[in-house]
Amino acid sequence: MKINGYQTVKSLEEAYNLLNENKQNAIVAGGAWMRLSSKVIETAIDLSGLELDQIVETKDAFEIGAMATLRQVEKQEGLKNLYNGVLSKALSKIMGVPIRNVATIGGSIIGKYSFSDVLTPLLVMNVELEFYKKGKISLEDFLVSKDRSKDVLVKVIIKKEEAKAYFHKMQKTGLDFAVVNVAISKKADTFKIAVGARPSLVKFALEAMAFVNDAKEVTEEVILETALIAGKELKFGTNSKASEEYRRNIAMAYIKRGLREVIK
Amino acid sequence: MKVNVKVNGQNKVFNIEPGDYLLDTLRKENYLSVKKGCDNSSCGVCTVLFDGKPIKSCSLLTAKTEGHEVTTVEGIQKEADKLSDYFGAEGADQCGYCTPGMALSVHALKEENSNPSDEEIKEYLTGNLCRCTGYQSQHIAIRNYLEDK
Ligand SMILES: Cc1cc2nc3c(=O)[nH]c(=O)nc-3n(C[C@H](O)[C@H](O)[C@H](O)COP(=O)(O)OP(=O)(O)OC[C@H]3O[C@@H](n4cnc5c(N)ncnc54)[C@H](O)[C@@H]3O)c2cc1C
Ligand code: FES
Ligand code: FES
Repeated sequence: MKINGYQTVKSLEEAYNLLNENKQNAIVAGGAWMRLSSKVIETAIDLSGLELDQIVETKDAFEIGAMATLRQVEKQEGLKNLYNGVLSKALSKIMGVPIRNVATIGGSIIGKYSFSDVLTPLLVMNVELEFYKKGKISLEDFLVSKDRSKDVLVKVIIKKEEAKAYFHKMQKTGLDFAVVNVAISKKADTFKIAVGARPSLVKFALEAMAFVNDAKEVTEEVILETALIAGKELKFGTNSKASEEYRRNIAMAYIKRGLREVIK
Repeated sequence: MKVNVKVNGQNKVFNIEPGDYLLDTLRKENYLSVKKGCDNSSCGVCTVLFDGKPIKSCSLLTAKTEGHEVTTVEGIQKEADKLSDYFGAEGADQCGYCTPGMALSVHALKEENSNPSDEEIKEYLTGNLCRCTGYQSQHIAIRNYLEDK
């Protein structure tokens, strides 16, 4: 990455205007991932002065400032209990503490990284993103949106819900990217199943979700069938880490385990 | 551009390019205990403390250190000396290239959690690779050091 200029902004308005002034201007959050790209940035926009690194717990939600680091989020006491701590667990699987002390929740969402271990657990929770100009949008809509207009992500809002969840990252070594990752949540009788690093961007297994949500009782047969449906409906791919077939089978195995776990 | 940063308790002004990363700035300024290995956030030999927290200096833009505090192993000299005695006793030091980064991570771990389990020690040091020792001797040395305070 090459950076030609650097501006620490004093307001969100200034950040937004600067971001849209030149196609090559960009917000640099942790800057950890951008470092590995070959991007040329005309002006790097630093949001550090805007106190966007706070995590606030309200009656109904956790509001996480976009500049909060992954480590801050991982260690937040309240979040450790939400959806039985699935987010903290997932974040703890990303590289080591030193990277999680730099990488931010905002950068991890805006990047829409296909390998993400952040997006997969968030997708099975009830999450809204708050942008400076565009306002609020659900994480689900953001991930499928083709809107390329530039805006500043201000906060990530995770609604408090009585729910259980499961996450598994299949990886070859502790520092590696996921070969595939799976998150499942169960709120009352409603299940959400998300599979990421397929190796493309995380997606809901919608047909599998519909099947398990329609079932009168989640028996072992229903679990096996749900995993089979997810394996059939989701697209998997081959890259240097794993073949398409391997990913599909691993994902199905962890969907079964995850379903068994959340119905306990 | 200029950056005002406290390094090991001393106020410094660094002249940098906007895209400079902290590892290169520190080495240019002769903080040579901060090692360069992979330069892509993988190995941990460039670990320093940023406001007391371990980070990989090859992954942090120097511009982001404006008004903050950076600590290299010289900034925790007494503790590093003590830790190195434990490393010596276990044969946990070979070429020593990973040691400054590891010492800083151990220092940060102790500040965060003074009584970590074996699993927590391993988890905290995941980002500090060592190509010589195989980790077992280091793990024992770190555990002994943490238990001895
Ligand atoms: C070596 C390495 C290994 C990694 N391994 C994993 C892994 O195994 N699993 C995993 O999930 N992640 C992994 N990551 C990614 C990491 O978790 C972060 O997602 C990544 O570093 C992006 O966060 P950042 O704060 O560094 O963002 P940056 O690199 O600063 O920014 C990323 C993008 O988001 C934009 N942006 C940032 N903040 C905002 C905002 N507030 N508003 C609008 N746009 C914004 C930037 O302009 C940029 O386009 C790894 C990263 C590194 C460096
Ligand atoms: S040189 Fe920074 S992690 Fe390897
Ligand atoms: S002792 Fe040689 S790299 Fe660790």
